[in-house]
Order: sequence, then C-alpha cells, then structure tokens
Amino acid sequence: MMAETTARPVRAQGGEPVLQCRDLNVHFQTGEGRISAVNGVSFDLHRGQCLGIVGESGSGKSQTFLAILGLLASNGHATGSVVLNGEEILNTSRRKLNAIRGEKMAIVFQDSITGLTPHKRIGEQLCEVLTQHRGMSRSEARSRALEMLELVRIPEPARRFRMYPHEFSGGMRQRVMIAQALLCQPDVLIADEPTTALDVTVQAQILKLFKGLADHTDTALVMITHDLGVVAGLCDEVMVMYAGRAIEQASVDSLFYDPRHPYTRGLLACMPRADRDSESLTAIPGQPPDLSELPPGCAYAPRCPQAFDRCLTERPSLDLAVEGHLKACHLENAP
Amino acid sequence: MLSFISRRLLTAVPTLFVVIAGAFFLMRAAPGGPFDADAQLEPEVIDNLRAAYDLDRPVIEQFVRYMARLARGDFGPSITYADYSVTELLAIGLPVSLKLGGVAILVALAVGCLLGIFAALNRNRWIDYVTMTVAMTGFAVPAFVVAPVLTLIFGLYLKLLPISGWNDGALSNMILPVIALALPQIAILSRLTRGSMLEVMRANYIRTARAKGLPEYKVVASHALKAVSLPLVSYLGPAIAGIMTGSVIIEQIFGLPGMGRYFIQGALNRDYPLVMGTVIVYATAIILLNLLADVIYGYLDPRVRRE
Repeated sequence: MMAETTARPVRAQGGEPVLQCRDLNVHFQTGEGRISAVNGVSFDLHRGQCLGIVGESGSGKSQTFLAILGLLASNGHATGSVVLNGEEILNTSRRKLNAIRGEKMAIVFQDSITGLTPHKRIGEQLCEVLTQHRGMSRSEARSRALEMLELVRIPEPARRFRMYPHEFSGGMRQRVMIAQALLCQPDVLIADEPTTALDVTVQAQILKLFKGLADHTDTALVMITHDLGVVAGLCDEVMVMYAGRAIEQASVDSLFYDPRHPYTRGLLACMPRADRDSESLTAIPGQPPDLSELPPGCAYAPRCPQAFDRCLTERPSLDLAVEGHLKACHLENAP
Repeated sequence: MLSFISRRLLTAVPTLFVVIAGAFFLMRAAPGGPFDADAQLEPEVIDNLRAAYDLDRPVIEQFVRYMARLARGDFGPSITYADYSVTELLAIGLPVSLKLGGVAILVALAVGCLLGIFAALNRNRWIDYVTMTVAMTGFAVPAFVVAPVLTLIFGLYLKLLPISGWNDGALSNMILPVIALALPQIAILSRLTRGSMLEVMRANYIRTARAKGLPEYKVVASHALKAVSLPLVSYLGPAIAGIMTGSVIIEQIFGLPGMGRYFIQGALNRDYPLVMGTVIVYATAIILLNLLADVIYGYLDPRVRRE
C-alpha cells in the first residue's frame, strides 16, 4: 500500500559496487522544526562508472553526498546504510572517516572562490593531503602535487605552487580543487556542481577534464548538477531527485529518450534548444515544496500537469518501469 | 613592506601634530594655572615664575616656542617637580607603565582567546552561556569598581596580595593591577574570538579541509586559526589604547609610579610641560602599536599584503 519500498539499484552490473547506498535519510533539526532533506535514497556506483545526480536547488542532491562523507552541518543527522568497498561508513567515527576522506573518496565543491583556504599557499594545501594520507616527505609530496597540477593543465605549476588562492582565476582555482581531490587517486570522486560558478568557456574545459577522467581512469565519478547537458555529455547513469527523493533512476539513454516521470519531462522541456525556433524559455510553473511540510502524496503533484486524485493522497514508490529504469509516479505510461 | 612602514610613519607626523596642538590649547583653555595653589606667594614672585616658564607670553607664541623646543627633543622642565625635567620623569614612569601595560595586554590576549575558543567549541551549551555572561559583566563593570573590590577581597580580607605599591615590579604587586587592567579587554577579546571562530568554522574552506581527511586539530590550527585571529589583530589598536587609558586610573588606585600618575598629577596641578610630555608619549605609543597591528595583519592575510 504505502510507498516506502526499498529501491533497487539502478543497474545490475557485474562485480561489487565500489559505493553502495541504501535507504539514506537525512534530516535537520532547526528552530522551526524537523526538515527532511533526503528520503530513502538508494544507488549503486561501480568502478569507472559516472553517475549523474540531477535536481533543483534544495532537492537533497548535495546533502546526500555530504551525509555519505560525514560532512553534514552539526544539526544534521543521517540514517540508512552506506557501504564503501564492503565496509559500512555511515555515521562511523571521525577517525575512520578521515582515513576515507581525500584518500578513498574525494569531493570537489561548487564554490572554488571560498573553497580554498585564503591564507595558505596552493602548494601547502595540496601537499598536506599527501603527507596526511600517504606519509610522504615534503619533496615527494611536492613532485606528486606538481604532476597533478600539470595533469589538470595549470601552466607553470612550479611558480603557481607558491601562490595564494586569490592570485588564481575562478577556473584555475577549480582546477586546483580537482587536482587536490585526485591526489590520492580516490575510488570515488564526487563533483558537486563543479562548473556552476564558472564562465561557459571555462565550464567546457573543466567538463573536458572530468570526461578525460571518467574515460581513462577507473575512478567512479558522481556528477551533481542541475544541468542536464552536463549529464548527457558525461554520465552513464542518472538519478533525478525532487524534494529529497529519487523520482527517476535510469541509464542516460533511457532517461533522455524515454523519460517516465513528468518532472523529468518538464526538466527536459526546459532545456533551451538551438534547433527550435522559440524565443521564450520554458519553465516548470510553481516552486519546490517546503521540506518541513511535505504533502502526504507525491511531492511533485502540486506542480504536475498530469496529477490526479491518487497523487495527492498516496506517495508513489520507486518502481521498475522497464528494465533498468526506475520511476516514482502513479501514471501508467503508454509504451 | 619597508615602503609601507615608512609611508605610515610619515602620515603619523601630522597626526601627532594635531594631537600636540589639541592638547596644548585645551590645557591653556582650562581655568586655573600652575601656581594657583601657592596662595601665599607674593604677586611679584608669581609674575617672575610665569615669566620663567614663558607663561606671560601670548598662547600662540608659547606654542611656537614649545614646538621649537620639542623639535630639539626637549620636553622642558616640570613645574610641579621643580628639580626634574619632564624627560627625567618620563624615564622613571615609562618603564613601569610599559611593563604593566605589556603584561596586561598579553594576559588579556591569552585568556580572552582561550575563553573565546572554548565558548565557540561549546556553543549554546551552558559553558558557553556562563563564559559569555561573565565576559559581559567584566566589560560592563568599570575598572574603578573592579580595582577596589579586588583589593578588598585579596588584600584586606584574604591578605594574599599587597594592596598597593610597585616594589620594583614584583610579581605579587603586579597581579591585582594587571587583572583590573586586563579584565575589560579579556571580555571584549573573548567575545570577538568566539564570534570569529564560529564564523570561520562555517566557511567553505573549512569543509574542504575536513573533506581532505585532516584531523580536527589540524583543521583548526592550520586552516582556521589565522583567519580567526584577523579581527583580534584589528582590535589590537583600540585594545592598546584602552589599556593605556585604563592604566592612568589603575596606577592611581594602586599607587604605582607610572606615566599615568604623572599624567594625573600634571593635569591637576596644571603642570603644562608634564601633561604635554605624557600625552606625546601616549600618542606616539598608540600610533606605533597600531602600525605594528597593521603589519601583523598583512602577514596573516596575504590578500591585504602590499608589495
């Protein structure tokens, strides 16, 4: 009857997933009450795979991965299960988390302007990752860090090494952040909207960098974004999130050619297209719901053009629509 | 850096001039004169004395003569302490005040920062509330209330510490004046540190540092502390000024032979050269220490560093 079924992994693939997330919930205790930011999110991530997480601001996509890394704000709490390389890591000790962060699992944050410590030289910020996790000497760490800066195409790395973050441009800083995340060749690299703060041309360069990474290493990549174009160009699998829930999970082709959820269709319709002769931009009418007062039914129902009675009272579970394609919607899809 | 310092020193000259002129004319504008208390003196004697100290000339001429003297490094003779020059008196008072003020500012910094960090790490727990309430009380109660209460408790009731005197800067003689002097600064510094710490620990780069897998002590020591200390360094100038003005009262209450006592004696007796001498030393010290604070700020924050 009610919707809380355990979701299945996106795609059954050979071998153990490097990262396995089951029924992840995140809530925040605030002055105005309890806010559910993430509800029952599950996915598998395999080596060399790129998973795209798509959603509007506040859909819980960032909080999902902050919770996995144990980086939630102090009033946040996560439940469920997160298994990295066969080991449960959700809500584990800071000591264990420190051994994982930066070494097995690294993250590139959205805001490169404030993401680097302003009063430390770039070189120090890179080297401390290696001295911390690999016990390298200063000179070993230095040469490895320089290699990495070269890899992310930073010109004159030796000179840049002694500079402070404010002496770098936005795109350069994001490259430094990426280099920093890659230093220990992590199993999982999470990119949290890594291109939102950048110019379009720089965005393309940074995405190219990620593309090269996804194609040439077996690092599993998670690309958190609200840009479906990024997903189309980079990812193998996609999870669409709305109001803290996964509402559609599928392979990239299946999602783009055969979207099953009205919200996904709405997002796709919003993408500006050069081949259509339309002057106006489309938008999904309405606002995402208040996370502290979620409706009993489908969270998208108030904005959904196809909503009917059942959508308002009963929350749809994330079910298999076709092979490898999950959707949480009551609508019976025409084949 | 050197050109920055020399530029700042050059701009300090007009500042100092304004301070000197202001103090000079305000002193002359105040009613009374240096010889009013000596009622038994003959009018002729007083006239002779006034002539000896140039006081019979127009105020503007007095000022020009004073400045000319000052340019040669001469603060003039003291009027009250007839056998001493102002320079000699300052040489007695300055080391006492420097030691007292220096120790007080160091104590204030150490205790204030520790309390602030402690409160921030225990934010919104009772420990935080107690620390901040005590700090606010420390700030609200003026030194001339704190000092007598301290002497009453530790000097008279418990008989642990001497209630006054300098005794060549013995530790036991310094404890009470240093506490009285440092208390308001501890209050302000601890609140500043707490606020700064809370703000910095929310910064994105702290999250980045944690995401690198650094242990918390490294996150705080290596990524947070410099940024936390920036507002403290900015406050260092006003703090030093507060300690100096505070020491004027504290030295008087505890009977310490520092600059503050000469300043008050000089002001009460209209000992113009003595007051001017102390004012000039105070102003110079504040200007220099503010410059030092700016240099430290530049060292801590590469974004404001100048080539």
